[in-house]
Amino acid sequence: MSLTAEETSHAHDRLDPKSFGEQHNESELLGMRSKIDESCRWPCLVFFATGTAWLVVGSLLAMMASIKLHSPEFLAQHAWLTFGRVRPAHLDTVVFGWASLTGIGTSLWLMCRLCRTPLRYPSMLVMAAVIWNIGTLAGTIAVLAGESNSIEYLEFPYYATFMLFIAFAIVAVWAIFTFGQRQEGHVYVSQWYLFGALFWFPWLYATVQLLEIAGLVKGVAQESVHWWFGHNVLGLWFTPIGIATIYYLIPKVIGRPIYSYYLSILGFWSLALFYNWAGAHHLIGGPVPQWLVTCSIVGSVMMIIPVTTTAINHHMTARKHLELLRYSPTLRFIVFGAMSYTIVSFQGSAMSIKAFNEPFHFTHHTIAHAHLGLYAFYSMVMFGAMYYIVPRLTGREWASSKLIRLHFWMVSIGITLYFVGLTLGGIIQGFELNQASVPYNEVVGQHGLWNGTKLFFEGFKEQNGAVKFMAIVHDSIPWLLSRSVAGTMMTIGHLAFGTLLLINLTGWGRRRVGPTLFRADDERYHAAMGEEQDWTVPPQDEQGAHI
Amino acid sequence: MNYGPTLFIGVFLAFASAWLGMIFLPAHHLGHLKPVAADTTSPALPKPYSGLELRGRKVYQADGCVYCHSQQIRGGEYNADLNRGWGPRRTVPQDYVNDDPVLLGTMRTGPDLVNIGARQPSDTWHYKHLYQPQLTSPGSIMPPHPFLFEKRKIVGQPSPDALDVPGIEKGYELVPGDDAKALVAYLKSLDRTYDVTK
Repeated sequence: MSLTAEETSHAHDRLDPKSFGEQHNESELLGMRSKIDESCRWPCLVFFATGTAWLVVGSLLAMMASIKLHSPEFLAQHAWLTFGRVRPAHLDTVVFGWASLTGIGTSLWLMCRLCRTPLRYPSMLVMAAVIWNIGTLAGTIAVLAGESNSIEYLEFPYYATFMLFIAFAIVAVWAIFTFGQRQEGHVYVSQWYLFGALFWFPWLYATVQLLEIAGLVKGVAQESVHWWFGHNVLGLWFTPIGIATIYYLIPKVIGRPIYSYYLSILGFWSLALFYNWAGAHHLIGGPVPQWLVTCSIVGSVMMIIPVTTTAINHHMTARKHLELLRYSPTLRFIVFGAMSYTIVSFQGSAMSIKAFNEPFHFTHHTIAHAHLGLYAFYSMVMFGAMYYIVPRLTGREWASSKLIRLHFWMVSIGITLYFVGLTLGGIIQGFELNQASVPYNEVVGQHGLWNGTKLFFEGFKEQNGAVKFMAIVHDSIPWLLSRSVAGTMMTIGHLAFGTLLLINLTGWGRRRVGPTLFRADDERYHAAMGEEQDWTVPPQDEQGAHI
Repeated sequence: MNYGPTLFIGVFLAFASAWLGMIFLPAHHLGHLKPVAADTTSPALPKPYSGLELRGRKVYQADGCVYCHSQQIRGGEYNADLNRGWGPRRTVPQDYVNDDPVLLGTMRTGPDLVNIGARQPSDTWHYKHLYQPQLTSPGSIMPPHPFLFEKRKIVGQPSPDALDVPGIEKGYELVPGDDAKALVAYLKSLDRTYDVTK
């Protein structure tokens, strides 16, 4: 038996009548949902499919870069595959390809669902997705061809950036327009975060492009601009999208409202206020004014407030329903992401404190931290979101719970190994870098100019624990190898997810009816989860159910 | 929180406050520094880059040196950078007035390069190191950059630029390409060992 999209979407949308507001009846809500999903189908699927394709490309580039770090002869003959090009190409494809595209797709769907209004003129958003993809492709080719400007997160040349900007403008205008058209009086917490993200990103991107790339600001002030952007693109673009998704999907899957409306208000406004200031902790000890760095350390430490409130709110919401992790792929990915958000944020606050920053800055520890944020938190949340949203758009269930299981375990064990390996390696590297009692020219050669310096530090030379630079390199290699193993596991997981998505989009293979759960044979799942429920509005706040 | 304009104004103000502090003030204070001369007879420092050095800087950017090498000496309580012999003093905003973009870097998979020109003034060393880092620095994990060099048949006299490296067949020679020459010129120009206390 095969179902039409609308029927399937109805099948998902069976609701617990207790969760309704008084002014809506069941059939009205179901009709609305299927209209919204219908209107979002093309743009969201294009965003998801191309985002996932970029994830696979980005994973391959990452593998290449990772192998090169412990086996430098690997693919060293060609300029366009040298480490210094492949590494930024990896970063840009996963940030602008994977993370941004899937984030926009998820945001659009959430915005429409929460505003209870179908997407108007969806073809314009398909166009935005196409322009964004062309921009990302052009930028990636430019980086590999040696046109990178070597500014982290901003390697793309102006023409690629310009295309991203145009595409983003379309998305932002559409989202704000949809927000203005909302049919629901209550603005849910996810919408605040999405509203913030859609407003902040263009401002961030325009500022950094004009001031740093176009060169309106000269000298080290560029670095302040750069890290204000570099940190905020994580904190005010990806983080709000990730948190908005968590705030929507945890209540949806477990069928309970958010624990506290007031905690979510505190969490949102403290994030908006403090995250902005955090960027310059990348410049601690650097050639910038002390007050700038101090402001950033304060901002970074104050981030404990939004992170704690959000963590309490998520945890208290999901607390008594964690047995659902055994059934729901969406919940499993989302909870993994939510827990990682708490960990990565506390770690980030700690890393901005000078005592931690001195050894760990400039080491692989920072790379591990970045992946904990953008992968273990954000990417896992995006996987969870797509497991939830895509069947509602295509009207087809996921083909195989085995593949979902493979995906989950590969990426979750992979990122854990990645994080643990590079964190330990980074700590060792950092402490060794700070045991600096041997002048550098001991290693690279003997030259007159530095003999004075060398003599001056001769006293330190014999001290126990002094570490030569090449010894640090040597000691880091096992940890770099562990990263290649972890990366291989994650890539296998991505290929499993890519296969699932491809089967779902094309409709190949046997059709499944009913949600694909980890233990669909278990009777308890019916009682536990599976159907879409409406608990996104807290009972103490205003009226009504939510879509 | 259900009123769009309130949300907008709050989001705007939170963002604008940090924009003033993190963007406007630093740009206002540090955006217009100029090279400084110690007295009327000496040249303004840091020296401007030559055309070749600027081209080398482009190669440095294109091949992503910044992803493993920083260009800053931390000061104050961070004396490890000084102890390692990477420079005689911490770097200050004035050191970067000619750099566009500034390439402070975030990783030290390899050593800091802000004074590499002073630490390592030999052309031959740089060429060999770029061609095959293992030749000059055994144990290095820096990628070789053979694509910056040209292997060609010796016609007539061998080139004076030819590098003495193993693995080149008889009758052939290895010479640095234009990008390699520019990059080495840039690396040798990296020297912030002058005194800034005057």
